[in-house]
Amino acid sequence: MIELRGLTKRYGDTLAVDDLSFDITPGCVTGFLGPNGAGKTTTMRMILGLDAPTKGTALVNGKPYAQHQFPLHEVGALLDAKALHGGRRAFDHLLCLAQSNGIGRKRVTTVLEQVGLAEVAKKRTGTFSLGMGQRLGIAGALLGDPGVLMFDEPVNGLDPEGIVWIRTLLRWLASEGRTVFVSSHLMTEMAMTADRLIVVGRGKLIADATVEEFTSQGEQWVQVRSAKPDALATVLTTAGGTIKIADGDQQVRGLTSTQIGDLALGAGIAIYGLAEQRATLEEVFFGMTVDSVEYHGLLGTENASAA
Amino acid sequence: MSGTDTMTPAATAPEPEHLPTTHDKPTQSTLRAALVSEWTKLRSVRSTVWSLVLTSAFTIGLGTLFCWAYLHRREQRGDRQNALRALLFDPTARSLNGVVLAQLAIGVLGVLVMSSEYTTGMIRTSLAAVPNRRVFLLAKTIVLAAVGLVVSMVSVFVAFFMGQAVLSGDGLGTSLSADSVLRAVLGAGLYLTLIALFGLAIGTIVRRTPGAIAALFGIVLILPLIAQAFPEPWDVRIGRLAPFNAGQAMFSVRYDPDLLTPTQGLFVFLGWIVLAYIVAMVSLSRRDA
Repeated sequence: MIELRGLTKRYGDTLAVDDLSFDITPGCVTGFLGPNGAGKTTTMRMILGLDAPTKGTALVNGKPYAQHQFPLHEVGALLDAKALHGGRRAFDHLLCLAQSNGIGRKRVTTVLEQVGLAEVAKKRTGTFSLGMGQRLGIAGALLGDPGVLMFDEPVNGLDPEGIVWIRTLLRWLASEGRTVFVSSHLMTEMAMTADRLIVVGRGKLIADATVEEFTSQGEQWVQVRSAKPDALATVLTTAGGTIKIADGDQQVRGLTSTQIGDLALGAGIAIYGLAEQRATLEEVFFGMTVDSVEYHGLLGTENASAA
Repeated sequence: MSGTDTMTPAATAPEPEHLPTTHDKPTQSTLRAALVSEWTKLRSVRSTVWSLVLTSAFTIGLGTLFCWAYLHRREQRGDRQNALRALLFDPTARSLNGVVLAQLAIGVLGVLVMSSEYTTGMIRTSLAAVPNRRVFLLAKTIVLAAVGLVVSMVSVFVAFFMGQAVLSGDGLGTSLSADSVLRAVLGAGLYLTLIALFGLAIGTIVRRTPGAIAALFGIVLILPLIAQAFPEPWDVRIGRLAPFNAGQAMFSVRYDPDLLTPTQGLFVFLGWIVLAYIVAMVSLSRRDA
């Protein structure tokens, strides 16, 4: 359980984090979404007591992070895959973390196996790829077997296999009843992993809802390809649908694919393609934030870089 | 809301052996755990080994070389001049002269103990594991002091004995039982150890390795030179307060009017370190990691 109350961080004139208040509850994956520079990392750093809030509080399991005697037993965090000394061997890196919280050597070996780095345990971490660094960071987060896990952009630098692995890991950790808080600027990635999404832009809370709630806000339509588009359009319009032409296909709103199929059959029109479409999470975001002018520009660049 | 309550495993959890256990919370103190951790950190990077090897090599190698060079020059001078010089000769200080260079090696180690945390980004991981920053700095200090003390003391004693072995060839050597000699050798070892801590404090304040090393070298090497620019008698009065000159008082046997007494030297040098630690602690606790 993580509780934020009015959490604020000001750097000079800019509000990096602006009055964030929400709870991150156990048993589900909570996605923390927003473009780079939206204040996600700063928020996580304040939760870990690395940065001091200008105002407000962040509590982890009921206490400020720094007041936990051995915090790795409460919270495991991956903030940055490069937050380690490249001259140290992977095993020693984890060992010094473990020892600082009274965790034994055996657990180091276990987590190295768990993240698939057992074979490179004796290698210096400076030789690691970004993906291996992420895995090592995750191993460090798992060391204390904590009830709360926090990952900042964990899929960065991972290959497709690694991305699937991390998705599975996050789901599994949540299914065990742990609190899982994971940040990303990739909306589609979060849609596949998270149960609940907290969206921030320019340090402010924009939305806090379940993934279903997000996607259900999006438009739905049926993409139709047929032998006689004009004849079909007449039939469908009569039945109450609205038609839009896009890329040579017809986009039908107001009718289900079953209804369209039945209507086409009744009219003797051959259907070549029939697909239910729903606005992607990314499009929902775009619609949601299009009103916020200052955020609009940011989101535009974000989409471009994510593409 | 406690961690253990929330972790009742769901029925779908696949691998029971990985399920979170009720935490066996460690019973040891935070400091004790941090000490073990810092020892692992220190021994697991190569820079520690080479800076300690250099500290030893400079102390012993240069000390012996200085003694040998002194004998060599004696051969080229007349007997009368040698007799005069022998009055001022401090065989103990001569054999410990390698400390001048060794202090840079061990000082850099002290700097790196903290600055490498910042330059590599490890500091975020470290402080997330040990959020009590006073404990964090204290653990680093104790581990560095212990390692530094062992290496420094062994080095200065070896340097002393080797230097005296060289000098005794000409009957110039001294022994540990002679007046003030043991104090001087111990003083040199203590000086090297404290320079490492001075480096650690500067590394904590400056955070970046190059800047911290520059600051350390500046204070240790350049400050005495700047003091010489002052008009008499202030050049001496200010100069002897510089860390290296204060330290030199700790490992000289012969009285030098330009230096403090050994006890004064120790306290002035400790004053520098306490000052650096106060600034370091304030910096570490106030600034974001």
